[in-house]
Amino acid sequence: MTRAEISLSVNGEPVEVTFAPYKTLLELLREDLALTGTKHGCELGECGACAVLIDGEPQLSCLLLALECAGRSVETVEGMAESWQSGAGLHPLQAAFADLGAAQCGYCTPGILLTAKALLAHEPEPSRERIQEAISGNLCRCTGYQQIVEAIEEGARRMADESHR
Amino acid sequence: MKVIGKPRRRVDGRAKVTGLTRFADDVVLPRMLHMKMLRSPHPHALIESIDVSRAAAYAGVHLVLTGKDFPASFGILPITQDEYPLAPEHVRYIGDPVAAVVARDEQTACEALELIEVRYQPLDTISSPEEALAKPEPRLHAYSERGNIHRLQAFQFGDADAAIAQSDYVFEDLFFYEGNTHLPIEQHACVAALDADGKLTLWSSTQVPHYVHRALARVLQMPASQIRVIATPNGGGFGGKCDVCNHEMVAGKAAMMLGRPVKICLTREEVFYMHRGRHPVLMKFRTGVSKDGKLTGMHLQTLVDGGAYGSYGVASTFYTGALQTVTYELPRYQFEAARVFTNKPPCGPKRGHGTPQPRFGQEIQLDKIAERLGKDPAELRLGMLVKPNSLTANWLKIGSIGLEQCIRTVVERSDWKQRFRKMGPGRGLGLACGSYLCGAGLPIYWNKMPQSGVQMLLDRSGQITVFCGATEIGQGSDDVLAAIVAEVLGVDPQEVRCITGDTGITPVDLGSYSSRVTVMMGNAAIHAAEKLKAMLAEAAAEELEVVPDRLQFANGHVSFDARSLTFAEAVVLAEVKFGTLGAVGSYSPPRAPGRYKGAGVGPSPAYSYSACVVEAEVDAATGWIRIPKIWIAHDIGRTINPVLARGQVEGSVYMGLSEALMEEQVFRRLPAKLSRALVHKFPSLLEYKSITSLDMPEVDTVLIEDPDPNCPFGAKEVGQGPLLPVMPAVANAIYDAVGVRIDELPITPDKVMRALELKAAGKPARVGPEHFPAVPYPAPIVVPPPWEGGDGKEAKRDDAAAVV
Repeated sequence: MTRAEISLSVNGEPVEVTFAPYKTLLELLREDLALTGTKHGCELGECGACAVLIDGEPQLSCLLLALECAGRSVETVEGMAESWQSGAGLHPLQAAFADLGAAQCGYCTPGILLTAKALLAHEPEPSRERIQEAISGNLCRCTGYQQIVEAIEEGARRMADESHR
Repeated sequence: MKVIGKPRRRVDGRAKVTGLTRFADDVVLPRMLHMKMLRSPHPHALIESIDVSRAAAYAGVHLVLTGKDFPASFGILPITQDEYPLAPEHVRYIGDPVAAVVARDEQTACEALELIEVRYQPLDTISSPEEALAKPEPRLHAYSERGNIHRLQAFQFGDADAAIAQSDYVFEDLFFYEGNTHLPIEQHACVAALDADGKLTLWSSTQVPHYVHRALARVLQMPASQIRVIATPNGGGFGGKCDVCNHEMVAGKAAMMLGRPVKICLTREEVFYMHRGRHPVLMKFRTGVSKDGKLTGMHLQTLVDGGAYGSYGVASTFYTGALQTVTYELPRYQFEAARVFTNKPPCGPKRGHGTPQPRFGQEIQLDKIAERLGKDPAELRLGMLVKPNSLTANWLKIGSIGLEQCIRTVVERSDWKQRFRKMGPGRGLGLACGSYLCGAGLPIYWNKMPQSGVQMLLDRSGQITVFCGATEIGQGSDDVLAAIVAEVLGVDPQEVRCITGDTGITPVDLGSYSSRVTVMMGNAAIHAAEKLKAMLAEAAAEELEVVPDRLQFANGHVSFDARSLTFAEAVVLAEVKFGTLGAVGSYSPPRAPGRYKGAGVGPSPAYSYSACVVEAEVDAATGWIRIPKIWIAHDIGRTINPVLARGQVEGSVYMGLSEALMEEQVFRRLPAKLSRALVHKFPSLLEYKSITSLDMPEVDTVLIEDPDPNCPFGAKEVGQGPLLPVMPAVANAIYDAVGVRIDELPITPDKVMRALELKAAGKPARVGPEHFPAVPYPAPIVVPPPWEGGDGKEAKRDDAAAVV
């Protein structure tokens, strides 16, 4: 089978990769780039577990062909900690999720973290309703969502504190 | 206490928010191959022939397996070993696996599946319990009790019918609880590989590595000592990963034959077929009540749709009746149950295992009773609560019970007394309660060994390692283990390394089911940690020249007043004194008092209790239901980590509400021109409706602490019990809002509209089952309750030989 080759940016690093051309971005990340932090729950665009940021916007990596991502900037959960100004520590959203019980089994967590990060990039102080709306495409079977919403609110507060320092 | 009860980041929290938790499908090994399974497109058929020659010859294919490669059957219960890894001749539901292909990649395996030619001889389909009762043929399983009736059960604890007949009021109600599925976001996956020394290792998203271990040994016909099962952290379980799965067996076999690692991850559609979810249950409650609001007797009949295989079904069926006695005083109780086989994916245990269905019926019936007696539903319940440290009619031993405080808490916080029956048209409140096990008293296969074991290792660096077979499914079992050890040894839980769910290196724990882990693993952990603490204390006492009993273990130090050692210093002294430091702990539940056949289902070291108030708004023009708020109080005994405990309560409320309003695993027949096959109505996450963040109401959670002496630091379960009251509380709230009874789940707008139309026409404003079919229940096992002179044994009867 002929293989495709693209260049893209993944978590801020330039990457050149060859792969079977039928692969989705989800498969490229997990199978060819060993970034298994991105999860899958349906591979049909139904659950939101595979959400990543493409040029800063949340997208379902199971519905994107990897070929469509040439030249684009992809951020996965593996890139979250490093991307924050405080260095190697957790992103404030990650820390808030861990502290406030927003991750139970942790399987939907990467997708929700990235969705929340994109929301806060546009709206640093979102209302509770806006948060619920933003994550409504991410299914979680463990938490009942309440602790996730609270953790996003807390993450927003911590980010505001960091940026005021 | 320094750790127990304090809100903390869970010990595995960092892994979960960084994507570093390694789930089964994240396991990647060198030279790994990929497997896919071919599944039956027929709900019921005999396999006439399978030709795999084209698939086997396809480029990139390494192995094709069929039923003839697997002579041994398996099943989770010893009495229902009725599944084969690949069906040899008889397929019983759409999705029953018949062949497997192992290939260089998933794509190649999928292509090769298309090349397998199977000739089926379709059989008539049994689609419902009514059909199963009426049609003994074609018979799904030769071992069933009769025809397509898998199992019949009947018990009589006192003459309930006589008590009911003499009561001031008699209530007879039918209820139906539709089946639904677990829907963990992680699809089942496993990787099987041969170790360098020729032994087999299986990584799997399972809640029960110990049972998978036993089943692999049986199916692969090799010594269990040559097999290691590692339960990877589950991406949600809820009971869906409690069964032994076909793909685990087949992957193990393929890895053994090929000498290369083999991975399979089920598609979402396959997860719907794997199922083992909530049994659909039809129920008939006949209950006697006295004028002053006491129950005099209950006669419960259940009819359980089991799907195509046994799974946990015999236990599930017992559970549709076993716990009706642990909440409200019930002097006499008769219970009859039947589980039937149908050509649908097998049902099994889902959160609450067999008890949410009768709880739904019982709590709605209590609401009807309160109304008829002119009593407040909360007051009615408060007047009939089971007493602590008592026995029930069916010989269950009740310990602590914090239900009164649970009820009073939700009544107060929801402003119940001011608002119930007073909220005006379209708005209402409903109340219900629930109770659940803290672990089953008996193991699945009968034995006298511990149900949970913990092994600990202390290293001279001060490192604490704890080994336990318990399985982390998101509920926080690793955090409970670390917290309990940390509390005993006076260190930070983050200092404790947990090695769990690995049959090769951890002592046996039976698995993450029946809410057993906190109590059983927790008690075993205390047992082990206390032994080490005593050794440390003895060594430290010599150094500090004090009596060991006076030493405090706290904040990483062992100290008496100003004299203090670091924890690591104390370990060094103990290692000098005693040699290498290790200890084991075990837990076996107390023996239950029931001595009759069937008494094994229901006993538990403790019971948890919950009470819930739901507020509902119902649009009379559309039937649309909105739930603005839910109040819940849960008797947890003692909270280990309030952050996680609250998460378990809210997660239970979410799942219960989702079952109440929308979730259903249902089937339909294809039109005649397309074969009339019985197919799953919607095996996808988009069509199988579940609640999203937009639908989820605010939940007011209160944890009630009434420590139970059988539990570690008094801590009872919290993972399942809080689900139970939610569904009936929703139904009761809808009645308060618009005056219609929906006696079946899920409660959808169309059912509300139908009931409103009946009400407008002056007919009984109820939607629910109208008819309970004739079921050939056997003569009951008669066991006099404790207050009628019983000794927990079956009463001698003249016709005892006829009793099944």
